[in-house]
Order: sequence, then C-alpha cells, then structure tokens
Amino acid sequence: MHSLPPQTALGAQSAQQDVIGTLSLTEVPDVAIASVAARKGHEAACAKTLQKLLGATPPGPGEMTGTTPYAAIWMAQDQWLLCAPLHSHEDIASLLKEEFGADASITEQTDGWACFDISGAAMHDMFERLCPAPVRSMQTGHATRTTIHHIGCYLMCQDGAFRVMAPRSSAGSLYHALIEAARSVS
Amino acid sequence: MSQINRIDGGQIDRTQTLKFNFNAKTYTGHPGDTLASALLANGVRLMGRSFKYHRPRGPLTAGSEEPNALVELRGGARAEPNTRATTIELYNGLWARSQNHLGPLGLDVMAVNDLFSDFLSAGFYYKTFMWPAAFWEKLYEPVIRRAAGLGALSGKADPDTYDKGYLHCDLLVIGAGPSGLMAARTAARAGAQVILTDEDFRMGGRLNSETLEIGEQTGADWAADTVAELAAQPNVRLMPRTTSIGAFDHGIYGAVERVSDHLHRPEDGKPRQILWRIYTRQTILCAGATERPIAFRNNDRPGIMLGSAVRSYVNRFGAAPARQIAVFTNSDDGHKTAQDLHAKGIRVAGVIDIRKDAPRSDAYDVFAGSKVTDSKGRLGLRRIEVERADGTRHWIDCGALAVSGGWNPNVHLTCHQRGRPQWNESLAAFVPGGVLPPGLSVAGAANGVMSTAGALRSGAAAACTALSLKAMPDLPEAEDAPLSITPFWHVAGKGRAWLDQQNDVTVKDVKLSHQEGYRSVEHLKRYTTLGMATDQGKTSNVGGLAILAELAGKSIPDVGTTIFRPPYTPTAIGVFAGRSRGKAFKPTRKTPSHIWAEEQGAVFVEAGNWLRAQWFPRAGETHWRQSVDREVQATRGSVGVCDVTTLGKIDVQGSDAAAFLNKVYCNGFAKLPVGRTRYGLMLREDGIAMDDGTAARLAEDHFVVTTTTANAVSVYRHMEFVRQCLFPDMDVQLISTTESWAQFAVAGPNARKVLQKIVDPSCDISNDAFPFMACAEITLCGGLRGRLFRISFSGELAYEIAVPTRYGDALIRRIMEVGAPYDITPYGTEALGVMRIEKGHAAGNELNGTTTALNLGLGRMVSQTKDSIGTVLSRREGLNAPDALRQVGLRPLDPKDKVPAGAHLMAATGPVDAAHDQGYVTSACYSPTLGHHIALAFLKNGAERLGETLRLVSPLTGVETHVEVVSPHFFDPQGDRLRA
Repeated sequence: MHSLPPQTALGAQSAQQDVIGTLSLTEVPDVAIASVAARKGHEAACAKTLQKLLGATPPGPGEMTGTTPYAAIWMAQDQWLLCAPLHSHEDIASLLKEEFGADASITEQTDGWACFDISGAAMHDMFERLCPAPVRSMQTGHATRTTIHHIGCYLMCQDGAFRVMAPRSSAGSLYHALIEAARSVS
Repeated sequence: MSQINRIDGGQIDRTQTLKFNFNAKTYTGHPGDTLASALLANGVRLMGRSFKYHRPRGPLTAGSEEPNALVELRGGARAEPNTRATTIELYNGLWARSQNHLGPLGLDVMAVNDLFSDFLSAGFYYKTFMWPAAFWEKLYEPVIRRAAGLGALSGKADPDTYDKGYLHCDLLVIGAGPSGLMAARTAARAGAQVILTDEDFRMGGRLNSETLEIGEQTGADWAADTVAELAAQPNVRLMPRTTSIGAFDHGIYGAVERVSDHLHRPEDGKPRQILWRIYTRQTILCAGATERPIAFRNNDRPGIMLGSAVRSYVNRFGAAPARQIAVFTNSDDGHKTAQDLHAKGIRVAGVIDIRKDAPRSDAYDVFAGSKVTDSKGRLGLRRIEVERADGTRHWIDCGALAVSGGWNPNVHLTCHQRGRPQWNESLAAFVPGGVLPPGLSVAGAANGVMSTAGALRSGAAAACTALSLKAMPDLPEAEDAPLSITPFWHVAGKGRAWLDQQNDVTVKDVKLSHQEGYRSVEHLKRYTTLGMATDQGKTSNVGGLAILAELAGKSIPDVGTTIFRPPYTPTAIGVFAGRSRGKAFKPTRKTPSHIWAEEQGAVFVEAGNWLRAQWFPRAGETHWRQSVDREVQATRGSVGVCDVTTLGKIDVQGSDAAAFLNKVYCNGFAKLPVGRTRYGLMLREDGIAMDDGTAARLAEDHFVVTTTTANAVSVYRHMEFVRQCLFPDMDVQLISTTESWAQFAVAGPNARKVLQKIVDPSCDISNDAFPFMACAEITLCGGLRGRLFRISFSGELAYEIAVPTRYGDALIRRIMEVGAPYDITPYGTEALGVMRIEKGHAAGNELNGTTTALNLGLGRMVSQTKDSIGTVLSRREGLNAPDALRQVGLRPLDPKDKVPAGAHLMAATGPVDAAHDQGYVTSACYSPTLGHHIALAFLKNGAERLGETLRLVSPLTGVETHVEVVSPHFFDPQGDRLRA
C-alpha cells in the first residue's frame, strides 16, 4: 500500500456536502472511470463484451445504463465512459483491459472528472438555471453532454437525481456555479 | 392631501397602502399601482424633462412604450436610470427621482435650450461643431454630453446578481392578452407544454384596462379566471414580469424575467432578473398593439397622453390623470375613452373628432370635423385650443387630453430575422407580413385583429394550427366591432408639433431632414434621431414615416420602415452577463498543486483558464526578478520542481497509432521504440508550424502525446479531425487525459537523487537503465501507479513524473520533503521561461502562427521520406527563400542593456523603417546563468549571420540598442547536462 493520501477534486480530505433548501449537493469521489473505445473492425465484439459487463444493451446517444458494478455512458460512436466504485475498481483500466482484450482501447479517466450528485424537489429549477439540457424531460437513463458556466459537462439522470461530471481542474468553478444556482432557486 | 385623483374601481389592493418617495417627497399608493399611476393618483403629472429642450413631460402611455416618464429608480449602487415610471411596479419604500434637469424638476435651468430651439433643430450639432476639429473632443463633446442625454449610471458595482436559464416547451405564447390567453388555454387543454410570457405583472393585457365583456364576465375577470385555470395546469408555465426580447435562430427566444424588481431589494441569494433562453417548437406572438398619438402644436405637455393610457389609468389603476379630460381622436377609440371617463364620473371636457360623421353624445360635447391646434400650461396641461369644422377656434379648459390616432400592431419579433412588415390600408398600420421566423405565428391585435372576439378567435386558431389540433374550442362571446379609422397624423400649422417625444423630434425636423436630402427612412432616423433611445420610437416611428411619405409624395409602405432589432425593450447589461462577472467571469482551472502553491505564497498567472504559479517569492525578495533568478540558479545548481500538469496530454491507442502520429507529426514516429519519448513538431496543412510537444510510446499500440498548455484543445481538435475526416480507416482512438494525471517536472543535477527516493526501488532509473528520452509506467511511494518521462525543457537532467491527479498534492509535498537535503526549489512559469530561452527552445512566442519549421531552425525535422500533414506545402518557394527568417539568439553589446521582446532588428547603421526590417525579437529575459539579458529572435538568413552586430529598435518605447547575433542555444549547447 502506497503512502500518499488522496485529495478530493475540491482539494479536501473528504467529500463536500451541502444542503440548501430542499436541495442536496454531494461531491462523489468514489468513482472509478475509464473510457472504452472499440478498435476498428472490433465494434461488434466490443459491444458484446460491454453487454456482458452491463447485463444490458449498451447505451446509445443520450443514454446511460446504470447497472452495477459498471455503469456506462454513451460518449461517441462506439465509445463509452464506464464508471464503477473506486474502492473496488481503483485499477479500472487494467480490469477492463482484461475484459476487452484487443477489442477496445481503454483509457483511465478516474481523475479526469469531478463528480457531484444533486437531488431534491427544486433540482429541475436548479438545472434550468445552469444548462441548456432539457432537464424536465430527462428520465432515469438519460445522459447528455452540456455546458454549465462554460464548462463542458456530462449531465446524467438516475433514480430521481442528477449527476454532473465536469473536468476535475474546474471543480471549484463548477461547485461555485452549482451552489449559486441552488441558492437562487431555494 | 394624498391621492387626490384616486377614483373608485381598478385592480389595486386598497387594503394595503404603500409609501414611496419621488423627488424627495413622500406619497402613497397601493399594490397593483405602477409608479406612474400612483403619481397621477397623487395629482403629479410632471415626471421628467425632455432629452434636448428640457421640456416638462409627463407620461404619454401606461406601458413599456413610454417615451417620457423616465426616472432614476432606487438610489446608491442599485440606481437604475431611464426606468419607465409606467412599468415600475410600486412597492413599499420605492425611491425614484426625475432626471435630466439642473435644479428642481419644476424649474430646470437647462430649459433655456427651449428658447433657442430654432437653432437646435435636426442636424444642429453636425452643422455647428464642425471646426476647429481640435475643439471637438475636449470642448464640444463634453459640453453636449452634459447638456443632453437621459439618466446617469451610478458608477458603482451592481450589488445584485442576475441569472441565466434555459426552458423548453412545445408552444411559447408571447403576450397574455385575450389572444394569448386563449392560445395558451387551447394548447394547455390539449396537453401541450406551454410557456406564457407577459411583460406586465398582471396578465390580461388590454382586458385589464377596458370595460368590455367576455361572455357573462368583465374582460378583467375572464382574464383572471383564465390565468387561474392555466396556473393550475402542470403543463403550463406562466411567466408574468417577463419580456420576450428577441426571436433568434432555431426556435430560440430570449426573455427577461424581472424576479425582484418589484421588491425593495432581492431576497438573499436570489437574482434581480433572469435572462431565459427558451427553446420552443412553435411560437404564437400575441404582443398586442401600441396606440399612436396625433401631433399638434405643443402636444407634449404633461397631461396629454394616449387614450388607451387614460383608460388604463382610470379603469385598471383607479387613477384619474385629471378631473376634467378632453379627447382628441380619429376613430371610435376616442369615444370609448369618453364613455369610460363619463362612467367614472370624470368630466369630459369635449371629444374633438377629426371625422365629420363622428358619433354624437348626450353626456358631453362632441366636436365633429375638428382638431386640437394648440395647448397651454407650463408644467401641466391647462387648456387646449380647438379648431371647429367651420374654422373657428376656441379654448377648452382641461387637465388632461386623451389622444387616439390609431393602433400599431407590435410586429417587432416578427421582424427580428429581417422580416419586413406589410402595410394594411384599413388599419392604416403595418402588420406582420412576408417571411416570419420559422415556427412563429401571430394572433390578435399584433396581427391586426383589433376586436376582442377576433383576438380570442385568432388566438385559439393559431394554437390549433401550431399543434395540429382538429377542433376549434368553443369561444365566449365578445365585442366584434370593426375598427373605423380615418388616418390622421398631424395638425398642420405653426409651432412645434412633437412626433418623437423621447428625442424631441418635431414634424418640422422631419421636414428639414427631407429638405436637406436625408430622404431615406434610415437617413431620417440618423439625422433627426427619430425612433432612437429607450423606446425605439414605438409611439413615433409610423408618424414620422407618414410625414416623410407626405413630403416625398409616396405612400407609407413605399417609404418603408427601419430595421427592428432585439431587444424589444431596454435590457440591463447585467442580465446579459448573468453570473459571469468579477472572479466568476469565466471558469478557473486549478493545478493539483494549487493549494500547496498558495501555502508557499506563489504568485499566479493565467494560462488559458489555468492558474499557474508564476514564481514563489521568499522573505526578503522585493522584486519578481529576485525570485525568478533564484529559482533558475537553484534548479541549475541542484534541483527544482515545477507543476506541468497543464500541458495537454492526449492518449493515442490503436493498431495504427504509430502510423497516425506519423501523419500528424512532420518527423518520424513509426520506428520509435516502446519505452522511448520523442520530440515532435506538428504542421498545419499550409506548412506553418502548429504546435510542438512530445509523444511517449508506452506500448506498440499506445502513445501519450503532450501539447503546449495553450494549444491543448486545438491540437486535440485537430487530431480528431485528422482521425475522423482524413484517415477514417485507421484503427486509432483518441481521448484527452490532461486532467487525469498530475505531472511534475523535477529538474537539475540532483533530480535523479530526489526521484530515487520517490520511485519504488523495483524501477531502475539510473542513467543506463533510464536514459534521456526514456519513458515507463512505474510505481512510486510504495506501490502507487505512475508514469515517468525523462524529458527536459530546462536543459538539465530532468524528469516528468505523473500520478493520478488526486495524489498530486501529496506528491508535491513528498517531493519537497525528500528533496529538502538538496534544497529543492519550486519554480514557476517565469523561471521555466528563462531556462527554455537559455536553451533556445521554442514556445508559444515562436510558434506564433506565422513561422515554419525552417524559421524555427527545425527544417531538417520535416521528413521528406513520408507524407505527413503540412509537408508538401512546407516546400513552398515563398517559405524557403534564401533570406527566410531563422531563429537566432541575441546578446546586448553592453551587458546592462535589455533586449525587449517585440523590438525589431535593423542594420547597425542606416534607416530605421519597415523597408529595412531584418527581423524581430520573440522572447527575452535576463539570464541569471549568463549574467546579462538574452533574447530569441527571427532574423533574415539568421543562421548565416552569427557574430554580426545589429541595432535593435522599438520606436514605440524608445529603445535603440546594439546586439550581437549568437546561437539560440545560449546554455549547454551540446546537451551534456540533460544526458548526465
């Protein structure tokens, strides 16, 4: 076991949590992420492995599949982001490489993203102030690329809550925008 | 004496009394009042001074089209100039004052301008202040600006916040009058997602201001019931206090919601306003129509207002503009005003109708075939002069005059995409026509349908068409009288008849403009300012066109209109900025060592959106150079560490990864062995250098490409373009990993010793096992996965070590800890820059979008044995001239001299001008290693001119110094140190 302590995207030892009115904002550091991109000519084999891992059809454009341990978000043609709990899948890229073999290129993305979960009655009002995505019509399983305060994000809807993933270096700016919007609608 | 002109009725809440302050005097009003209605109820007609002549003015309208009653609302930093008293919702503690006067409102010293009005006609400034030219900026302009104009900004930062937001719907209905309410109701009952916006705080439009009936109800009650029904529908979003300001591309509409303007101050955390971007499939514009006045001599006195405004004040607000009111009209509208006034017990001083067949009344005098020719009353109307059909004239006492000259449909949003309205003869007005924005239809008065029944019918029909509904809903009964109007624009005669009250443009000014050759409607606007400023001529434009048409002998449609542009009404700049202001203007990217660097007192610099440590001052250092010199010397003397996370990292995988890189880099990558890194140069298609960096081969089918910080995004975009569009058959996958890895450069003779304490012993990083340009996936600190690259930007023995970003903070602290015995020194971007200039490495200053590999001294890197992007065009003759710019080093002959970047090189003697330009300095610094200033420059045929003495000049900054041309590799040109 190595001796370096990790830091959250907001630069703390533990995850940030806020409750503003009915809204709950939680930083989620326990997410391992890797991109899976099918190799040329191996698209079908890649999708098959993905289906096996997810136990469901791989998500298409605008979709995610929130299964365990792996959840998948559609990124681009024949490309997905796979998420799993960090505590059990710290080395997610190697784990997936074993599964996909020569059928896909796997790239570790765990620390590329800061992740926040937002839930509460006013969450649609909140996201209406943040991004052009049609948040009121988003249902569980919907995931889209959007921008929040000029930051390119993924916005996902899962079990009555929203999850935002944004580039880690902009976590502070994103958090600031989320908090201001939450106060604005609470 | 309070609210002396308050009368019964209206939609104000008399159970509550609100106190407000206007021009340092306290008044009272009620919820539901506007500032204008409350002031009128208190007997105050004078609310401001005009723009140019400082004429006393009161409200002309009761809505957002108001040209006159502009006030400064709220004091201090929240002050908002040019706010229309007719739209300000009254609240307790409201504070406002009139603007554009010197001295009290009733005794404005600047009113002297009015005496010189004959001189101050249209084009006065253009003609008068022509010369001497030098006087313009220093004298004329400040004086004119001080005398003219509307309100002034507070000059303080706005303490309030503004939000932006995004909404989606099936149907957007703009305007909640009879047609809008009916359209929204029809769509809502059909289950569509509906957004209904209205600029007023009370929905209902004219229904709130008229005494008409719908079914068995008053119009106002029907509106209230319909609004209540819509409010209860989950698929409807009602947005009062929301002005739809523009129709943009692809079914996008802009709307400003005034969330807190009706409050003393916004609640904590809440915005003052929200700028909504509404995405809609279909839109129905139900914006209604704006009444227009008739121009006559002295028609601008406080108390002279539009008939529809008088009805609004009397019927909706229970506020009489005066106790004795006359009416001047060219249609039946004026008679409606008279009947309403009479019903309210207000004395109708007479109805002056230009039509000979005007309807008669038993209750008041009707002067058929007559017109108003003049008025009196210095600070408010006292009497009007009427010219009867037989030519006789007499004066009538009245405190207000209700003028009705017809209606202009509010076509604005139909024209925001360059549409042109069409002239409708029977209305004598422009109506929507031609090509409307896709998905937009128009209903009600905005479409020239002027009866209530027509409005209801057209609103329902538009909703049915927009949503492809088959059955029209049942419609309630309502008045359906056709509009009978006799076009009449102005009363001919002497004196000034005001067309555009906001800009003090008279009928005479339009005539003058025409006489002086400004005959196009666009020229008329610029020459006279007709239709400019906050009201954009909503009450004046058509009148101006009519007079221009009369003069030119053309029809009004032949004269045409000016262009309608968003926003529909004045919009605060703050709401366009939203939350993007001050430190939150744009997102900030922070490096993994940011918190640690802050603890060290680092001075930060923005690079792209990143904040990077520029240098790390230490106690006693009073100048940045001291810090930077120390950091350079410490690094070259022992070891330094720098966060280089910001450099772009692109993961390139696939069986064709090497072949792909062979295409995007001009130098060869196919044969790069696994475990090695290579410097690469990317060219643009046109042969110009685009970016440089390194590519490390981690496996046969896996590279990590680094880019410069500034070009991380553009290089990634370029590579994606190449992958998807140029070589779609290649098996290659790309993804950015810039954010995923925290990366630190550890540089200096003791770099290896420091890293040996970090990297796990199982990873041999000795010079033999891990030579210059080696790379490997390693473990460190007892098993943490990491990457190590032996690359050097500083010219020292150097490594870049990367770990997952969440460990970046811990790693820098550990490096500092284990490096302490070697006095390890953190260095910032300045020291980084100094060291790379000492080494002659190109950076953004040299890769400036105009330079080639040849210019950079990297010409031989462009492989001629393969085809890569930019290779062919890099061979262009013009890029390979014998005297092409070549990168050189410069040292000053006098070691004390600076060699500033941006300065140009000239021959040692001879002229200093562009024709004799030899080249220019791109990067310059003081080299603590060499003890004098040095610079990198591009010099014509520079490679052949080492040892020459040239003059370096910067005429702008007064620099002229002599420099010697030297090799750009100032320090360790053989590279012995980095291979140590």
